[in-house]
Amino acid sequence: MSRWTTARLVSRTKESDTARTLHLDAPGWPGHLAGQHVDLRLTADDGYQAVRSYSLSAPADGDRIAVSVQPAPYGEVSPYLVEDFPEGADIEVRGPLGGWFVWRPDRTEPVLLVAGGSGVAPLVAMLRARLALPEGPAFHLVYSLRGPQERWFGDTLDSLAGRTEIAVDYAYTREAPPGSARPVGRIQQAELLVDGFTPAQAPLCFVCGPTAFVEHCANALVALGHRPDRVRTERFG
Amino acid sequence: MGMQDGNALAGPLSEVFAVDVTAAQRLCPGCGTDSAVGALHVYRMATAAVARCPVCGEIAFRIARHAGALWLDFGGGGALRIPVG
Amino acid sequence: MAALTPGFRSRRRAPGDRLPPGQFLTEGFPVLSAGPTPAVATDRWRFTLTTETGDQHVWTWPQLTALPQADVTTDLHCVTRWSKFDTRWRGVSLDMLLDGVDTEARYAWVESYGGYTTNMPLADLRNGRAWIAHTYDGRPLPAEHGGPARLLVPHLYLWKSAKWVSGIRLRINDQQGFWESLGYHAYGDPWREQRTWGD
Repeated sequence: MSRWTTARLVSRTKESDTARTLHLDAPGWPGHLAGQHVDLRLTADDGYQAVRSYSLSAPADGDRIAVSVQPAPYGEVSPYLVEDFPEGADIEVRGPLGGWFVWRPDRTEPVLLVAGGSGVAPLVAMLRARLALPEGPAFHLVYSLRGPQERWFGDTLDSLAGRTEIAVDYAYTREAPPGSARPVGRIQQAELLVDGFTPAQAPLCFVCGPTAFVEHCANALVALGHRPDRVRTERFG
Repeated sequence: MGMQDGNALAGPLSEVFAVDVTAAQRLCPGCGTDSAVGALHVYRMATAAVARCPVCGEIAFRIARHAGALWLDFGGGGALRIPVG
Repeated sequence: MAALTPGFRSRRRAPGDRLPPGQFLTEGFPVLSAGPTPAVATDRWRFTLTTETGDQHVWTWPQLTALPQADVTTDLHCVTRWSKFDTRWRGVSLDMLLDGVDTEARYAWVESYGGYTTNMPLADLRNGRAWIAHTYDGRPLPAEHGGPARLLVPHLYLWKSAKWVSGIRLRINDQQGFWESLGYHAYGDPWREQRTWGD
């Protein structure tokens, strides 16, 4: 059983103009698997409490955990976490949570990751867990985002340049960088047919993002011939 | 709020189960689909949620977190009201 | 007692003449549902009132829309804490549908396409306080908001205003509906903040 414990905000780092990663110190953290999430509980001075779930965006690192937050317009919690939650302050945390949408480092099959917007967070945790291994299965990330300014985890993704077994494709939906061959627009089914990650290779597929995006991509993967139980989804709702 | 996956209920379920239930399998009595709890379709309302078979929509369970108790209903037998802090 | 999260404030505003306690005002119209949105064609749509003795009164879509219509402008209060002011609806008053129905019942059990249910005292459906609404803001009610028709009982929390309504059973005894049987309040008055059983 998971209990609420206290974590302290150590620092915030920038993922985009608006999004931030919060680095928290959680004493006694038991470790976690890539893809798991935490619940954060906030308490206002009038006793009102709000609970929100956030994916862990980095693999286990001692007592240190990271969550990445996109502030929702008029949101109650996310703008506070991004702008106002003070460094050095405490927040209640429960986790790690969820044993279904996870990648375990002893898996050997290829892994196809499909991210929509901030849904990239748990998928980059999986990518980082793979990068921490000296060798392991092939990974491929298809990252759908509005424009280049909204790319998260740039340092990690740029470090993949030149690697063949771990790669990322970008699918810009509104604005693409100059020189992009791909026209802007939402991901097409054919873009999810990636060499080395076809249904014949039986990859594990993880899809994360807004509900409509996940619905679209998961249906496309199943239509391509992936077994439904190998297409794991996390909808932000 | 749109539909979510069973994954999203890992937190509330962890209040009363000693193991992670989202990795458990469920065989749907309605349509025969065998699916992980983490892959069920979840609809939320305030501090409650209903989890349904992703294929036929039959209710798998309902859960609610109210003051002092977690309510859990697997259908037909009446909701369990489990005292929690 | 949980530790305070410094500087965190809820969106709740001080209650006023129009905003019940614990609510905040929204301009949007959030969509909440307990399951997939059912597709209900108006040519197959029926609304059935069933009395405690089993007498049934059935309206088809043409019959419902041929009845005198009411235009209603009202505030909505959702138990998820948003409120929305001045929403505009058109529909048929429950007074019209209950007129001439012989009943001793004190409670109403509301049923929807898709299986949703809710309950309330029958008195709350009378005296110009409840409608079968089919038009929102001048347009046919979208399916995501309960179209083709939903119950509208705006003086209670919005989960009582069952989307995709298919009928009402009049009952001698109260019976808990979908959310009520999971701890939500049998009455649900936003002004008394009757959210859950204990409230």
